[in-house]
Amino acid sequence: MNVNQPAPPGVPYGQPQPGYTGYQSSYGGQPGPIIPPSPYGAYNGPMPGYQQLPPPGVPRAPPSSGTPPASTTVRGPSSQSAYGQFGQGDVQNGPSSTVQMQRAPVSQPFVPAPVAPLVNQPAAFQPYGPPPTSAQVTTQMAGMQISGPAGPPPSGLGYGLPPTSMASASGSFQGSNLYGSYPQNLAPPTSLAQAHPGAQTPQCCAPMQASSFPPSAAGGPRPPSIAGPSMPGQSFGGPPVSQSNHASSPPPQTQPPMPGPPGPPPPMHSSQPGYQLQQNGSFGPARGPQPNYGGAYSGAPNFASPPGPPQPPPPKRLDPDSIPSPIQVIEDDRNNRGSEPFVTGARGQVPPLVTTNFLVKDQGNASPRYIRCTSYNIPCTSDMAKQAQVPLAAVIKPLAKLPPEEAPPYVVDHGESGPVRCNRCKAYMCPFMQFIEGGRRFQCCFCSCVTEVPPQYFQHLDHTGKRVDFYDRPELSLGSYEFLATVDYCKNNKFPRPPAFIFMIDVSYNAVRSGLVRLLCEELKSLLDFLPREGGAEESAIRVGFVTYNKVLHFYNVKSSLAQPQMMVVSDVADMFVPLLDGFLVNVSESRTVITSLLDQIPEMFADTRETETVFAPVIQAGMEALKAAECPGKLFLFHTSLPIAEAPGKLKNRDDRKLLNTDKEKTLFQPQTGFYQSLAKECVAQGCCVDLFLFPNQYVDVATLGVVPYHTGGSIYKYACFQVESDQERFLSDLRRDVQKDVGFDAVMRVRTSTGIRATDFFGAFYMSNTTDVELAGLDGDKTVTVEFKHDDRLSEDSGALIQCALLYTSCAGQRRLRIHNLSLNCCTQLADLYRNCETDTLINYLAKLAYRGVLSSPVKTVRDALISQCAQILACYRKNCASPSSAGQLILPECMKLLPVYLNCVLKSDVLQPGVEVTTDDRAYVRQLVTSMDVAETNVFFYPRLLPLTKVPVESSAEPPAVRASEERLSKGDVYLLENGLNLFLWVGASVQQGVVQSLFSVPSFSQINSGLSALPVLENPLSKRVRDLIDSFRAQRSRYMKLIVVKQEDKLEMLFKHFLVEDKSLSGGASYVDFLCHMHKEIRQLLS
Amino acid sequence: MATYLEFIQQNEEQDGVRFSWNVWPSSRLEATRMVVPLACLLTPLKERPDLPPVQYEPVLCSRPTCKAVLNPLCQVDYRAKLWACNFCFQRNQFPPAYAGISEVNQPAELMPQFSTIEYIVQRGPQTPLIFLYVVDTCLEEEDLQALKESLQMSLSLLPPDALVGLITFGRMVQVHELSCEGISKSYVFRGTKDLTAKQIQDMLGLTKPAMSAQQARSVQPQGQPFISSRFLQPVHKIDMNLTDLLGELQRDPWPVTQGKRPLRSTGVALSIAVGLLEGTFPNTGARIMLFTGGPPTQGPGMVVGDELKVPIRSWHDIEKDNARFMKKATKHYEMLANRTATNGHCIDIYACALDQTGLLEMKCCANLTGGHMVMGDSFNTSLFKQTFQRVFSRDFNGDFRMAFGATLDVKTSRELKISGAIGPCISLNVKGPCVSENEYGISGTSQWKICSLDPTSTLAIYFEVVNQHNAPIPQGGRGAIQFVTQYQHSSTQRRIRVTTVARNWADAQNQLQHIEAAFDQEAAAVLMARLGVFRAESEEGPDVLRWLDRQLIRLCQKFGQYNKEDPNSFRLSDSFSLYPQFMFHLRRSPFLQVFNNSPDESSYYRHHFARQDLTQSLIMIQPILYSYSFHGPPEPVLLDSSSILADRILLMDTFFQIVIYLGETIAQWRKAGYQDMPEYENFKHLLQAPLDDAQDILQTRFPMPRYINTEHGGSQARFLLSKVNPSQTHNNLYAWGQESGAPILTDDVSLQVFMDHLKKLAVSSAS
Repeated sequence: MNVNQPAPPGVPYGQPQPGYTGYQSSYGGQPGPIIPPSPYGAYNGPMPGYQQLPPPGVPRAPPSSGTPPASTTVRGPSSQSAYGQFGQGDVQNGPSSTVQMQRAPVSQPFVPAPVAPLVNQPAAFQPYGPPPTSAQVTTQMAGMQISGPAGPPPSGLGYGLPPTSMASASGSFQGSNLYGSYPQNLAPPTSLAQAHPGAQTPQCCAPMQASSFPPSAAGGPRPPSIAGPSMPGQSFGGPPVSQSNHASSPPPQTQPPMPGPPGPPPPMHSSQPGYQLQQNGSFGPARGPQPNYGGAYSGAPNFASPPGPPQPPPPKRLDPDSIPSPIQVIEDDRNNRGSEPFVTGARGQVPPLVTTNFLVKDQGNASPRYIRCTSYNIPCTSDMAKQAQVPLAAVIKPLAKLPPEEAPPYVVDHGESGPVRCNRCKAYMCPFMQFIEGGRRFQCCFCSCVTEVPPQYFQHLDHTGKRVDFYDRPELSLGSYEFLATVDYCKNNKFPRPPAFIFMIDVSYNAVRSGLVRLLCEELKSLLDFLPREGGAEESAIRVGFVTYNKVLHFYNVKSSLAQPQMMVVSDVADMFVPLLDGFLVNVSESRTVITSLLDQIPEMFADTRETETVFAPVIQAGMEALKAAECPGKLFLFHTSLPIAEAPGKLKNRDDRKLLNTDKEKTLFQPQTGFYQSLAKECVAQGCCVDLFLFPNQYVDVATLGVVPYHTGGSIYKYACFQVESDQERFLSDLRRDVQKDVGFDAVMRVRTSTGIRATDFFGAFYMSNTTDVELAGLDGDKTVTVEFKHDDRLSEDSGALIQCALLYTSCAGQRRLRIHNLSLNCCTQLADLYRNCETDTLINYLAKLAYRGVLSSPVKTVRDALISQCAQILACYRKNCASPSSAGQLILPECMKLLPVYLNCVLKSDVLQPGVEVTTDDRAYVRQLVTSMDVAETNVFFYPRLLPLTKVPVESSAEPPAVRASEERLSKGDVYLLENGLNLFLWVGASVQQGVVQSLFSVPSFSQINSGLSALPVLENPLSKRVRDLIDSFRAQRSRYMKLIVVKQEDKLEMLFKHFLVEDKSLSGGASYVDFLCHMHKEIRQLLS
Repeated sequence: MATYLEFIQQNEEQDGVRFSWNVWPSSRLEATRMVVPLACLLTPLKERPDLPPVQYEPVLCSRPTCKAVLNPLCQVDYRAKLWACNFCFQRNQFPPAYAGISEVNQPAELMPQFSTIEYIVQRGPQTPLIFLYVVDTCLEEEDLQALKESLQMSLSLLPPDALVGLITFGRMVQVHELSCEGISKSYVFRGTKDLTAKQIQDMLGLTKPAMSAQQARSVQPQGQPFISSRFLQPVHKIDMNLTDLLGELQRDPWPVTQGKRPLRSTGVALSIAVGLLEGTFPNTGARIMLFTGGPPTQGPGMVVGDELKVPIRSWHDIEKDNARFMKKATKHYEMLANRTATNGHCIDIYACALDQTGLLEMKCCANLTGGHMVMGDSFNTSLFKQTFQRVFSRDFNGDFRMAFGATLDVKTSRELKISGAIGPCISLNVKGPCVSENEYGISGTSQWKICSLDPTSTLAIYFEVVNQHNAPIPQGGRGAIQFVTQYQHSSTQRRIRVTTVARNWADAQNQLQHIEAAFDQEAAAVLMARLGVFRAESEEGPDVLRWLDRQLIRLCQKFGQYNKEDPNSFRLSDSFSLYPQFMFHLRRSPFLQVFNNSPDESSYYRHHFARQDLTQSLIMIQPILYSYSFHGPPEPVLLDSSSILADRILLMDTFFQIVIYLGETIAQWRKAGYQDMPEYENFKHLLQAPLDDAQDILQTRFPMPRYINTEHGGSQARFLLSKVNPSQTHNNLYAWGQESGAPILTDDVSLQVFMDHLKKLAVSSAS
């Protein structure tokens, strides 16, 4: 459904987008329509056959654009078709096929020609997916049918429903009704269904197609995304689902019919034009569908009629396959946009999804790796923005690590005078600055103030008004670059000294007993050789220092001239100070022998310790004071085990109280116990002292309080509950290595400037702010993200768009003071449809999650959840009201770009922070809360909707990642093995009836029952499957900033509970709604808003 | 009178006691008219090579308020095996062990030659001596090096089982743990924060035995003393460790910017040292040895700020009430000193710097605990090095000349009461019937604690005769005083030395000449001087001088022979003849004159004056001058400007300085190199003679005096010129240009003028 709609908007966009290349020249954007066709052709050309389809659509698009909604629906199909192919492969979902069926008809009519190719593909796929799927499907089907019965008897003809949809298509409303049949039962579901109908009904044919194409175009806006992508995604979800999405309701219904598909599918496909497949999500499996269709049609009527009655019988459930599927969307985007580089030249381009691998070519706007926005086309007025309720936010990762193929930002040195800046707003020179008067002055693109060009920077302009040295100067031609800062940009007007790392190790009883101290000291000996260094430097400029502590602190003098390290004990923890100056922070290579000797002796010295109490705040104070004394920024690595109960400032008490859950006081669990840490954090930030905290708790340690300083100083927290060297060593060491070796900027200040009309109003992330504009980060690494929210403070104009410049002043790890600048230009719109067409749901979720996670500090969790739901409902309702084609109120219509919003939102709502299960500790919640706050879009995406990959479905020889499946228990086959990851956790789920051969080759045991549940590593076996699985696990780990410990879970085992927690589309034990239920709920909310 | 001189000398040698009066006026009224109070200088541990200690417990009087020790003055009934206490007349049974005594089989304590006797008692656990070094690291490299060497050297002088500890300080204070292998550990304290003893002990982990790894390891059967083992270790165990540690000791690493003094946390360092010992070894012999090279500049006890442009307080500032930190600092150190004394430990201060180091504020640390105070210019001088070495000198038995934790208990017969004591002690506040209300010095008690003492430590003890005029003392009655000193010998034995003395009574009305003849003017001078110096610590200088003058005049009035209003008729008997001269020099001495002395110097001088024995004290009051010339053998000469002649070499000993002064001619000869010519070997010998004599003095003196070798016209000749009686000045022209002696450029009155005035006042009926 969403799909459909987006599609429409897409059309217009799409055109422009395609035009991109061309466009750039002619920003007009809109003109697109005219040009589009041709451009598309060009683009599409390169694209797979599918895309071709869209092109055709495009032409039609124009008209479609006229009728956005319709178009959307259409798109659905088209895109689906494209996806479909994939989808089939992936999904296997028989059910989907049914959907396809439905669409098939539709699509066919539309783009027969293009379809054809698609079809073929699907066919090819079918083989894979179908078989297994079908089985499942059938079962599902059965269920579905039942539901069907509930509704209209014809349900059996699930397909019939689709037809209905068809009908609905004709009359989208009807469609909704149809849905109703399934959905009807459940009011909400119905709505969904309805949505679908709308989409599907799109009557697909006429309007639909038109739209569809456009959509592709729309999706296309970003060339890759081409309407198609989004659409596809849907279709993928469950192919059927996707379709359903488009055609909202119908698909679901169709799905039930699925049963049919299984059998028939093959034929169906063939029979069906590729189109169908495509549309439906290639469920093409359609085969069944076709027949269904027939039925569907008939059914349709039924639906129509049933609507009323069915609802009462709600028993019927919405078919999960018919609702938008994240898997499908991701897959579609990958296919459509993963192959071409993303060129950032044009304004307001929506980048490919974070899950897609793509290359970026910086041509004047910052790479999406640095900045992603919730929307790339923002309303011109605040009224519009308010109406849409779509938050305007950018997720900025200023020091993001780039893939090796992309060049890091160039460093520009403007000499002693420093970077060229606007006189008034102090914005830095960037590609959007307008040079006037023959190049003697430039007009600021942010505040319009005219500034003299410094003489040494003067350059003539060419006939187009561009400076002649345009291509020679990164700051004029690129979106991201760095300036060397002058002494004016330094604290106290002194160039900073190279930073220092201080390792502060808890040596209390717990730490020693668990083996942590020994392990850590051993590791540090080698790790110190890998401190971050700049560029080609032979040796890191970073100095290191060591502190151990229990309830007193031990500093070490490791001066190179000493034969033995010296320990200095400071027991005056109430009034911390640094006992030595010289010899505490040393160069590793100079003091190597002394350091090695120290690290050898630390475990010995404390081997027999009985001290169980620890302090915490004084440790940070000590580190900070040490940096202050050395007059340098730096980072503290704190290794801590227990609640700091020793008498000292920042002493904490155990306040963990589960009785507070779901009360107004629950928020106190997220708040720090004392304000002490807040002020400590402030001091740390002032000193450029970043704190990384490694926790090894055996019980409650009050992460919410201990985390305050790391949080505000831009540090990281790592938590290893019940640390055991044997099982957790690899994870800890891997995290430690990465944390120590990663590039860090110190003593950073980030400022986000915007062109007139919008203003950065709110910031989320791990940092400290002493005023309303400057984000202060004692330390910032490539993993940390800051989310910035913008608000209107004036009107924007469509012509000039909106600009964002993020300037980060920081000290590099060699002690160089630098400015990193990221620029991004966005479009502005006067039509809400444009907004909805250029949104990015992943970013939106990132923002919403952070907003909600901050909300729990001040409001009861329930309030926060309700606020989230209502905001999303408003977003969707606004779309429905203003952008969707008129349709029945009972129909759920989602914007193409946001069709995953409900599922993702549900994941956020069910997350541990907002709805904790019994097994989730207070510390876990606080930990996750802080973690999420500095996550980037890719991380939040997988964190909230985990990746679930079947391992035995794809031939072992294949090097590609197996296609993901949706995170639902229904998708698990007893006979398969699955890998699930969410960025923090990694599970290997083994079905109860998995083949013995598989068990043998993976675990080296003869049978399922002999697999050791809870295993944390796979044996290294020389067989293709084992190797492949281990490679896959390794590649997962490599993608994430934290090492994920593997947990092997057997089906029906008690550990499975843990695993099921991550099957986010299902009902959760803690009361979280299933995807289907939640969708229904959302629909209800939207309807309420609309009425 | 020769007999009295002998008697006095003999008494001093046997008992270490010198009374101002050796025949006592028998009534209170008469006694007060004697002007000079009845008092004595007591050297409790006077070296007595001829006195073998006895290995048993003393026998005590059974009256609880008396508890006097059996002594040769007691009446003994050998039949009944009873003895009568000569203080309270209580009759006591001898203990069973004395069953065999008889007239011919007397225990030592009953023999007259054992009026002073020493008992060795087996009481309590024997704890080794403790030496805690507290070392300033804000020193010049050279100084620090020299200090380190001295400290390392001292390790070899300590008894092997002595416990040593090390605290270093600068901006921070570090307490070094000595028991560890490998990594050297230290506990570090901020130098600005005053900590209570409890906090210090907590922070050092001394409160809970299970605290540290070390302790956990060393199981715990050894018990309490080992709690502190981390910081105080037997020398023999950590000799090498500590030597290395001292060797690696670096100057305080914190930067000192231009125009600033280094931040020196002396106050906190001492406080920690005190707290450490307090928590671990209370009431055992322990020395805290503070080595400092400058004034405390931060934290509690700071004496001056770190801005160099603000100079450290002078007497001038103090008079103007302009010494910002003085009161607070003094209070801090007094508090520490009192705590230390309570614990029976002592604090030595070795301050070596060109400028003042805050001795004025810190003096009580040494004064109240019996610690040493040494002042020098640098640690890299022989003055410090040898002085420090001499701290560890040994006596004829090979024992250290130091004793710890002594209590001095004074018992008097009924006619006497105790007015107070002046010396390196604190009051134990034991009020008894024999404590007078008339107060001199540290008073209101009959017992004092002397935390550290050596064989020369001398206390002045003042008495009051309380016998009423109308209660005559039976003929032949003698007044007795018993001094019971319990202490920890350097061999860690507990010992008790008991000295019992008795003097005859005399009725001042008809037997004044006896009393007069038994006057010990040297002792009296020192006793009066101590009173004067004691007062000077708390009173304005001029008031003290006036008081001294008045006492002198009254004495002269009382004992002089003169016709009223006829100064020329004034005569003093031999036993008083030198007394006015002592007073003259005392008035000019640095103990009472602060002019030209810094507050630190005054404190330093007074510190030593209050603890040296009679001979040394007299030298301090009136330096000795020897003359060497071709006219005869070396001879003492008058401390007078007339003694400064061109053909003489003078050797002056002021106790603090030894000055060798070559007369003008001698200096010229030496310059001409006669001493190198074989035919003038006698001149070489003449030059050498004072040097050898000076060496003799240097060998025995503690602290090492400043050794000054100068000549006529030399700048350092001022040390001599400032001491001699200015009989010839630029004012009395008749002496000007004469060949006899050298005129002194001063407006000070000469002895002659002083005496003239004294006579005038003494004979005047107006006063």
